[in-house]
Amino acid sequence: MSNATLSGKRPSSLRGATLPKWFPWAVAAGSIALGLGISAAAGLDSSIQWALIAALLFVLGSYGIAARVEGPRQAKDRVATSLVWVAFILAVAPLASLIYETIKRGVKVLDGYFLSHSMGIIADSEPGGGIYHAILGTLEQVGLATLISVPIGVLTAIYLVEYGRGKLAKAVTFFVDVMTGIPSIVAGLFILSLWIITLGMGYSGFAGSMALTILMLPVVVRSTEEMLKLVPNELREASLALGVPKWRTILKVVLPTAIGGITTGVMLAVARIAGETAPVLLLVWVTPLINSNPFKDPQASLPVYIYLQYANSGGQGPGYDRAWAAALVLIAFIMILNLAARGIARWKAPKTGR
Amino acid sequence: MDTSTQNITTQPVPPPADAEQKRAARGATRPGDRIFLGLSRGSGIFLLVIMAAIAVFLTLRAANAISKDEGNFLTTFDWNPTANPPVFGIAVLAFGTVVSSIIAMAIAVPVSVGIALFITHYAPRKLGGPIAYVIDLLAAVPSIVYGLWGALFLVPHMDGLYGWLDDYLGWTGIFEWQGGAARSLFTVGILLAVMILPIITNVSREVFRQVPQMHEEAALALGATRWEVIRMAVLPFGRSGIISASMLGLGRALGETMAVAMVLSPSFDITASLLDPGGGTFAQNIASKFNEATEIGRDALIASGLVLFVITLLVNGAARLIIARRKEFSGANA
Repeated sequence: MSNATLSGKRPSSLRGATLPKWFPWAVAAGSIALGLGISAAAGLDSSIQWALIAALLFVLGSYGIAARVEGPRQAKDRVATSLVWVAFILAVAPLASLIYETIKRGVKVLDGYFLSHSMGIIADSEPGGGIYHAILGTLEQVGLATLISVPIGVLTAIYLVEYGRGKLAKAVTFFVDVMTGIPSIVAGLFILSLWIITLGMGYSGFAGSMALTILMLPVVVRSTEEMLKLVPNELREASLALGVPKWRTILKVVLPTAIGGITTGVMLAVARIAGETAPVLLLVWVTPLINSNPFKDPQASLPVYIYLQYANSGGQGPGYDRAWAAALVLIAFIMILNLAARGIARWKAPKTGR
Repeated sequence: MDTSTQNITTQPVPPPADAEQKRAARGATRPGDRIFLGLSRGSGIFLLVIMAAIAVFLTLRAANAISKDEGNFLTTFDWNPTANPPVFGIAVLAFGTVVSSIIAMAIAVPVSVGIALFITHYAPRKLGGPIAYVIDLLAAVPSIVYGLWGALFLVPHMDGLYGWLDDYLGWTGIFEWQGGAARSLFTVGILLAVMILPIITNVSREVFRQVPQMHEEAALALGATRWEVIRMAVLPFGRSGIISASMLGLGRALGETMAVAMVLSPSFDITASLLDPGGGTFAQNIASKFNEATEIGRDALIASGLVLFVITLLVNGAARLIIARRKEFSGANA
């Protein structure tokens, strides 16, 4: 502000004219008002439209005014700044709406009854019922997948960091990267062709966990690898220098140092697979009943439950409310896992010299 | 010293320990080390075996299906593997997958780069951290929830925009709108854009953060504006990072299943207009046709899955190669 008034009175030879600090806000307010005005005049009722008009006005307005007062270079800078802000708001709006809608519509039927009952005697079109069977199925499938992928993943990471030299290690590294990008439906199709078509096994929670394992493994390997690399070499050398064998050094020194980070990585991986729908739909099939045995017969799971309630309700009625409530439970579960994982990461960060 | 201590000879060798310790070391070293190395190497090999098995089993089933296909697998505009003779082809799926991914990329890449720049260079310091954190969290929202949101919130809210596009761009033919529900490839593209925003943002942000401070300060010292600093120092440094981030996002968009299946109303023909319902993607087709599939139907779906697998392999491999060329940046935390 003081700059503007100063340069207004006595133009400095070193600095060009500068617009005051409140300039972008003023232009923003002006363009929002104009955008609303134009939409009202033209009879447009979609909020997307007036927001787009306002954004356009904002960018053009700040360029025009800045070009006149400050010169073209500063004007370009202002345009870039406003574009970056617009990008930010454009992106945050749908994401905020997603969270807001889920919470708003989800709390309607979410209560103790909903969490503790299955859909056994309830048709999809009737009110009532719950997600107990789905929660149980998801926990068992994800738990099994975790049990399989954590040892294999951690051992692979140990191989890559502590032993890996040469072609094998390079190949493993590359394919872990590639594996990260496998679409979940392809993992599902693989287990389908191996387990169900070729070996003739039936649909079960375990088949689903195997597909989830394929999705979880690369994430566990990657995060564990990063954590093991953070363990200072001095610790390994000190242990080896005391005559401790290498495998005991890894088990007793390296892993405990990195355990916080590894736990975080595993929890993030669990959060990622807990919401997977496609492979579960293909391999576990669906049931409205409680099935606590993951090795036999179809099971329910939360994501598939959401999908079925949505697909069978046609976007309204009790099924629709249940879909949102289950989505809220799933998001809450994943967010809690995420927050806990990050909490552990902060709390047990490896004590490096960095 | 005997062979039992061979593996530590590269380390500074300690003065000989006392007899008891030495015995303990010798007793534990050889079998323990060998078992442990075997286990960890075995896990690595197991991973490679899985990848190979995926390729082999998908190819086997796909070959079985394609050999029975009476149409041309690549160019047929139909999916009817249960008919006699079976006729199916991936032309529509390939078209839908490519188009929806292109729309998603066209929206998501510039916006994500914008957000990444916002977090690293524009936002006030105190805001940048929390925003990055929230976007990290959003990357974890499951696709089924995006699908639910897309189908029940986004689709009804697209009408205004569709009408607008039809009014002003309808003459191009691409944006013609008949007035049906907005369950089209265009809406799918927008939803996919929202879904891949977080991952592209996170990776680009990491790259922008690694731009050497010296480069930026040098540019500032020459009198550059903030935008000129970004254009001359930040973007050239981050180019390969942005490319690989986009490829990672593209890989995700190509393979997205449930969200697409919930939003799109599929059909097996290609319409010129993106706003009309119709078309399909590989993943969506598998999820929605799987229920009623017979044996040959399943094999046909697996064949289309194999095509998707190969495409995502190529995209991801390319992204990783670009990252590997700049070793100091690893996309591992994405």
